Amino acid sequence: MNAWLSTLPGLPFAGQLINLCAAIMLLIAFAMLSQRRISSLIRLFALQGAVLCLSTAVVAQSTGQDHLWWSALITLLLKVLLLPWVLRRLVQRLSVKWDVETLINIPTTMLVGIGLVIVAFNVAQPISELAGTITRSTIGIALACVLLAFLMMITRSKAVPQVVGFMSMENGLFFAATSATYGMPMVIELGVALDVLVGMVVFGVFFFHIREKFDSLDIRHVEEKARHD
Amino acid sequence: MDIDALLPQFAAQLFELFAALALAPLLTGWVNQWRARLQGRTPPPLLLPYHTLMKLFGKEPLLAHNASSLFRVAPYLIFSCMALAAAIVPTLSSELLFAPAADAIALVGLFALARVFIALAGMDIGTAFGSLGARREMLIGFLAEPALLMVFFTASVISGSTSLATIVDTLAHREFHIYPSLAFAGVAFTMVSIAENGRVPVDNPATHLELTMIHEAMILEYSGRHLALIEWAASLKLFAYSCLGIALFFPFGIAQTLGPGALAIAVALMVGKLALGGFLLALIETLSAKMRVFRTPEFLGSAFLLAVLAVLVHLLLEGSR
Repeated sequence: MNAWLSTLPGLPFAGQLINLCAAIMLLIAFAMLSQRRISSLIRLFALQGAVLCLSTAVVAQSTGQDHLWWSALITLLLKVLLLPWVLRRLVQRLSVKWDVETLINIPTTMLVGIGLVIVAFNVAQPISELAGTITRSTIGIALACVLLAFLMMITRSKAVPQVVGFMSMENGLFFAATSATYGMPMVIELGVALDVLVGMVVFGVFFFHIREKFDSLDIRHVEEKARHD
Repeated sequence: MDIDALLPQFAAQLFELFAALALAPLLTGWVNQWRARLQGRTPPPLLLPYHTLMKLFGKEPLLAHNASSLFRVAPYLIFSCMALAAAIVPTLSSELLFAPAADAIALVGLFALARVFIALAGMDIGTAFGSLGARREMLIGFLAEPALLMVFFTASVISGSTSLATIVDTLAHREFHIYPSLAFAGVAFTMVSIAENGRVPVDNPATHLELTMIHEAMILEYSGRHLALIEWAASLKLFAYSCLGIALFFPFGIAQTLGPGALAIAVALMVGKLALGGFLLALIETLSAKMRVFRTPEFLGSAFLLAVLAVLVHLLLEGSR
């Protein structure tokens, strides 16, 4: 324990700030997992994007990696402003408000989530020992965010929360890339951002088709249809 | 340690105890006033809790025919538990005489002791409301306690000790450092203290509606000075929890020495922080709707999970590297 105390003040302030951002990302991931209302879910997603943008900016500032500023800017435009706006419009046009229905009840989901966090931390331990960045200890948290978003996609039966889960998973991946290697090359980052955008458009079209066909956004109807065919 | 060194510590301890006893109803009055203001009602006088206490102390306590001695002893026990708890928490200074006597775990035990006695007293008369309230209180208690312990463990792992004075010393008087784990622990602690003090999302301290009341249901049979002691103890509990929250999460300004100057600054800072905390509590109470009793396990379960996460995050982010 004394060894910890003596190493703690050695961490630079930027590193502490990034650690704080990582913790808040994890907190938001859990909040999304426990959220029942769809409008709050979208708001939480926007907030997670904002924290991601902030942490990317801090990494850019403290390491002098200029292309990370662009990543932060793309994150801000895409994940904090554009995607939540599109999602909100979609929810309004589909007129779903209390649409969050879970397959397992929420306390159980949270317990599974804790288990996932422990797994993620253990898996990330050897990776973070290899990485040489100041942000390496946050790899475990980024992995946990990805797994929690996965869990959210699995446990939600409606389409919109599943899509939010997908977007949030991308947030986690992006965070993992930033913390492990100071971000991917610009081309890849742009490609991923474009993919998410296109994905959103495709999902939007899908929502309307699903609802037209089944009179509901519940994915279980689609599964039943597939089974009968 | 010789007697000359002990004397100022003893004086500081006494001062802190009496300050807690005197200020606790004021904090309750302050929260009630802000609650009324935020809800658009005319606020009650700030000193109303003192008048209520005086009025109740002047009245004759009435006892049911089948009340046992436990019913009569319980208010004194609960009051002394809460007074001791308020004395252990490092409110003004971390150099306290009682500090080595009880650590964070003993503090949780003190709260548990008070809870057991108030629940037993609630069931003692045998009315339906009393046992209903007691059962609900125990439900909330057994869910809130592990979460509270995990919050304390987070702070203990950071500072390497379960003694509250050492924790405050580590957090307040070392080099400034951001602890992300404390953010989790802070959210968990807020949820636990809302539940433990019977505040709005879990219980409403101003209600006498039989479907929703928890704390009020247990003390329905009390009157006179017994009721006064229980009300005072409830204020003390709120005060102790607020001071705990301040000591763990905003400890800046708690005196390390026992000089009158340092203590005066600590008192001023503490009053300011408590005023702000009371306002925030009233804000939370106004903004949230009372939830069903059966939703409280979920609420407190989340608090526990957040506290567990706090420990995990500490081990990962701030741990050995």
